[in-house]
Amino acid sequence: MKHNGHKSQLTIALAGNPNAGKTTLFNSLTGLKQKVANYPGVTVERKQGTWKLESGQANLIDLPGLYSLDATSMDEQIARDVITGEQVGVPKPDAVIAVVDATNLERNLYLVTQIFEFGIPVIVALTMIDAFEKQKHEIDIAKLSALLKVPVVAVNAKTGRGRNELLKQLGDVVGKPQSVPFEMNGNVEDGQNAKIFARYKFISEVVQESVKHNDRKEHRLSEKIDRVLTHKFFGLIILVGVLLLVFQTIFSWASLPMDLLDKGFGAFGDLVRAEMPPGILTDLLVDGIIAGVGGVLVFLPQILLLFLFISILEDTGYLSRAAFLLDKLMSRVGLHGKAFLPLMSSFACAIPGIMATRTIESRRDRFATIMIAPLMSCSARLPVYTLMIAAFFAGRTVFGFLSLGAVLMLAMYSLGIIVAIAVAFVLKRTLLKAPPPPFVMELPPYRLPNVRTVLQNMFTRGWLFVKRAGTVILAISIILWALTYFPRTAVNEQSVPSTATANSEVRSVEAQADAPSPESEQLKHSFAGMLGHAIEPVIRPLGFDWKIGVALIASFAAREVLVSTLSIIYNVGKDQDAQSQSLISAIRDARSEDGTVTWTPLTAVTLMVFFVLAMQCMSTVAVVRRETNSWRWTLFMIGYMTSLAWIASFITFQGGRLLGFA
Amino acid sequence: MLSTPMDSESTTLRDLPVGTSARVTAVNGNSRITRRLMEMGVIPGVSVEVIKTAPFGDPIEIRVRGYSLAMRKNEADSIEVSF
Repeated sequence: MKHNGHKSQLTIALAGNPNAGKTTLFNSLTGLKQKVANYPGVTVERKQGTWKLESGQANLIDLPGLYSLDATSMDEQIARDVITGEQVGVPKPDAVIAVVDATNLERNLYLVTQIFEFGIPVIVALTMIDAFEKQKHEIDIAKLSALLKVPVVAVNAKTGRGRNELLKQLGDVVGKPQSVPFEMNGNVEDGQNAKIFARYKFISEVVQESVKHNDRKEHRLSEKIDRVLTHKFFGLIILVGVLLLVFQTIFSWASLPMDLLDKGFGAFGDLVRAEMPPGILTDLLVDGIIAGVGGVLVFLPQILLLFLFISILEDTGYLSRAAFLLDKLMSRVGLHGKAFLPLMSSFACAIPGIMATRTIESRRDRFATIMIAPLMSCSARLPVYTLMIAAFFAGRTVFGFLSLGAVLMLAMYSLGIIVAIAVAFVLKRTLLKAPPPPFVMELPPYRLPNVRTVLQNMFTRGWLFVKRAGTVILAISIILWALTYFPRTAVNEQSVPSTATANSEVRSVEAQADAPSPESEQLKHSFAGMLGHAIEPVIRPLGFDWKIGVALIASFAAREVLVSTLSIIYNVGKDQDAQSQSLISAIRDARSEDGTVTWTPLTAVTLMVFFVLAMQCMSTVAVVRRETNSWRWTLFMIGYMTSLAWIASFITFQGGRLLGFA
Repeated sequence: MLSTPMDSESTTLRDLPVGTSARVTAVNGNSRITRRLMEMGVIPGVSVEVIKTAPFGDPIEIRVRGYSLAMRKNEADSIEVSF
């Protein structure tokens, strides 16, 4: 580092093909000292970390995995800009470490030959050396280095091999200009492609002279595995099995921590309420902040687990096989094969699903997938479906053996899927119309997942979720809380002491079931209640009254909130859940001011249809805004979904009435 | 799209039967797709082998420069090969 006496910090860029071990190297060099964000104005991920050098530190930038730098996609454009120093906010790199997969030399070297043209010092980090050597190939690293005219260091992120060598070479090359080690001349008739041919010609010669391949047996194992996993028939069945297993595991492993978190936040809220004097601040803290933010953080176990499995599937190489198997089906609808995992995940929760769309390279395909992801009925809709079915369809069967409830559930899920397919179809032909992007995709050899990379990925994503969705949710929770809290009614002000311990008061509230509870009165006269009355004309044609309107408004924050809001409206006491008898009877018995029955089975079905299609989740809105980097698209999604929800509910309710189901 | 009869010397990658190898003679077209294919190493002179097709017949998997590459049949159509 003798050259850098005055320099505050070195900037080094890490470039390489996807699946070449770049991220693993990045993780091992930076440890936990990394941060992930977006480049300004685009959705390309920006990953930077601190690499501790012998003296001082270096700013290490992990560029997106690329096959080429000839800017056609956003990823490639950003990478070019970073290397040339034109990317806002990123200093021009002092050197580039080009990660090259030894088992895939020729194609990996292509990117390296492009990087030479930028004139920045390059060091080649050769990865997968152990796999390479296991297949009995031989490589003369010194020769390779001489031919490429750059230092070549064999690295193994797991064992730490090569790290010191990298440091040493770094010290040697920084400050010296990089030359292009071959002639770029080609046939005139090849035109633009001349460069590509010239590069590969050079590469073939280099590999020929420095590598001795052992009679090509190397891909046998992966090929054998693929004979089963991508089998024409069994491949799809196995895929379905793997997906079911993943979701079942996420569901069962996540439910305990989620329950604990839920109870934990509830207990925390009770504690705060008990320790603090009754009043606005306490109510804000407990019912607004803790309830609102806690409600979102409850999803964390699910998100962590989903990303754990995505990382494992991706690291092993299975995800690309899945995209391979499903591409035909998905492209019929205009979606990319890689869209299947985000969409499948959205059945648990759209948030990690939408975050998972990052693997889709084409912006339009990615947006199309994001726009329809929330139509996959997520787990938050379950309490709503369960409540409606329990109240009006319990115990009834279809064809004598299928429970009507199960049939309805299946119908709701199917409705979501069918509408999603239709919307994708329309979007890809209109707003998001684009020539089908290349499917051309590498099927990397199967590898054991790297534990460190997988865990690191999981925690990074989890933390991002907590930070981003959390800040927006915090803001909106406070607003929603304020809407139900203000203006204060006189009745409520007097009985504030009794509502201060709401949970223990449930029994006595139930005992006075006839008299409107202080909470119910408060709700009626609050801004939220006023809004409920205000939207009543709009929801009347759907068979909903203002009370249901209040619950609908509240549930735009989070779908499950419908259940708790209905409990409050019908005086049932705050900690009811979807199965509790008193809420169910309250719904059945609910009457409007003129005595007519509020809820019929048709109303219940209409409400379910509404919930299938409407955009009712602030956390999702926050994540969509972040992932698309566009308010326009976020608002468009809210708009089209809610309109569809209204229209479908209208058709359901009015159509049902015409058919005599009311 | 008419497929090239098998008895002539050259054909496209699309029509190459599973399990056969051939040498690329030309990569036609000027689209993003052809550029992508070439950058990934599918250029005149290189040897390719068709490994399998997905369920429903599309996409296909080939072996080139020592690695596995998948592409749709209509993308494979732009690659001329001969034995």
